[in-house]
Amino acid sequence: MKQFLKEKLEIARPLFEKGGKFEKLHSVYDGFATFLFVPGHTTHTGAHIRDGIDLKRTMFTVVISLVPALLFGIWNVGYQHFLAIGEKAAFIDQFLYGSLAVLPILVVSYAVGLGIEFAFAQFRGHAINEGFLVSGILIPLILPPTTPLWMVAVGTAFAVIIGKEVFGGTGMNLLNPALTARVFLFFAYPAALSGDIVWIADKPDAYSGATMLANAAAGAPLGYSFLDAFLGIIPGSIGETSTLMILIGAIILFATGIGSWKIMVSVFAGGWFMGLLMNLLAGDNSFMAMPAHYHLVIGGFAFGAVFMATDPVSAAQTERGKILYGVLIGVLTVMIRVWNPAYPEGMMMAILLMNVFAPLIDYFTIEANKKRRLSRAKNI
Amino acid sequence: MENIISIFVKSIFVDNMIFAYFLGMCSYLAVSKKVSTAIGLGVAVTFVLGITAPLNWLAFEYFLKPGAMAWTGIPTLATADLGFIGLIVYIAVIASFVQLLEMIIEKFSPALYSALGIFLPLIAVNCAILGGVLFMVARPYNLAEATTFGVGSGIGWFLAVVALAAIREKMKYSAVPAPLRGLGITFIIVGLMAFGFLSFMGFTI
Repeated sequence: MKQFLKEKLEIARPLFEKGGKFEKLHSVYDGFATFLFVPGHTTHTGAHIRDGIDLKRTMFTVVISLVPALLFGIWNVGYQHFLAIGEKAAFIDQFLYGSLAVLPILVVSYAVGLGIEFAFAQFRGHAINEGFLVSGILIPLILPPTTPLWMVAVGTAFAVIIGKEVFGGTGMNLLNPALTARVFLFFAYPAALSGDIVWIADKPDAYSGATMLANAAAGAPLGYSFLDAFLGIIPGSIGETSTLMILIGAIILFATGIGSWKIMVSVFAGGWFMGLLMNLLAGDNSFMAMPAHYHLVIGGFAFGAVFMATDPVSAAQTERGKILYGVLIGVLTVMIRVWNPAYPEGMMMAILLMNVFAPLIDYFTIEANKKRRLSRAKNI
Repeated sequence: MENIISIFVKSIFVDNMIFAYFLGMCSYLAVSKKVSTAIGLGVAVTFVLGITAPLNWLAFEYFLKPGAMAWTGIPTLATADLGFIGLIVYIAVIASFVQLLEMIIEKFSPALYSALGIFLPLIAVNCAILGGVLFMVARPYNLAEATTFGVGSGIGWFLAVVALAAIREKMKYSAVPAPLRGLGITFIIVGLMAFGFLSFMGFTI
């Protein structure tokens, strides 16, 4: 099979090269061929390191690490639905119901995003970058299961065009593309992305679908235990609920060296530290008195820390800078959650804000490094 | 004291001159190509705002607002309302200050002076500075609060311009579509940065 595909691709190659019949579709061919096989490019001058990993395989590793959260999210959508209507359902029914709710969102997100990506690659004559492979799965995972499909399409289009392509495509964007889609929808259609009714698909009106964060902000009992939140059997955006599944993804990212553990650890540390500080200052404010470790498992905290903050393009790129970047995300998230009544969840806003400041953090890290090395050079 | 801290934090983040009011955009967009120049301009704006805000507060409090000149003891002056020359007075104060600042920078840092170029004298008509003064007059601040507000707004502007400059330095490597190069992409960047700064919208301090 493998051999057969490779042969067919080789036969088709001249058609797509300069002067060939389908010259205009070169980037489509290239994208497809390199998606299947490691390209045979080598540098023409100087030394180079041979390594099978390229952008596509990096992106694909991230997609694999997202699969546990996706599968769990699909099941949880079904589970929450049957719980809300008060029916007992078999595991397979829950999973099938969830698939019907989630897969269309996933398909729309990929179709719109990749369509735009292909179109831009054709018109601008650059290769198709697979940055969207990850964004396309992240966008459904951070949306509520009831999001209308046209909104998914509009948000994805905004993120890909304004958030990424105008900057020159993959690797150049200022903000995380998936979060750009979500923040756009959040401010354009607030009713569809926040409140108590959007988190459970097809729920009866009388059933409360409030998330733990909404309960905590209202000063009500949380409604779920720490273990529930850690395992993820709570209402929320599709992929964000299960901290356990996200940690499995984190281990994959960590083991393959693709996600920065420095960012993940420092986001968790920053959030936890700020939670402890809030506990000290709490007084009779029940949200501030909520145990610090709860902050790490409810809402989108874990998901943001592992999959969003670590985005290698929009995060800080210097090693020292990453730690500051991560800690500030954690601290800001908890501050926005507790002190800013305008938003129930702070993770999205905190990451976007630090995306804006990441180049500045890098700049000062590099300047400090230059200064240190200069002073060392002078001492010799 | 708590009030002062609240005004300080609010004027930097929540009521940021750039992202909440879109004031001072011309020099913000023009002098944000390099971080080092952006730092220079940011410091200059902070300095001018920090000094002119209390100066204009004094002018407003003791000369301009209705009945402000009761301290002179002259009956006709005590009831006078000089509010109508407010704008001229504020601008005069700001302009003379910027002139002073220009001379100082030229003397001590000729490199920064030439890098800032025309935008240094243009601080005099930077909307962020007059805007800051007008906001301060419209709000019931005392002298300490007015100073805090001036310095805070300046720092907010400083942060915004330095962050944009760092982003634009990094953007040198991007293949931006030709029609958007330059100012076009910068407007888009500022819009996306404002998303980030929306984090603070609604903070109650």
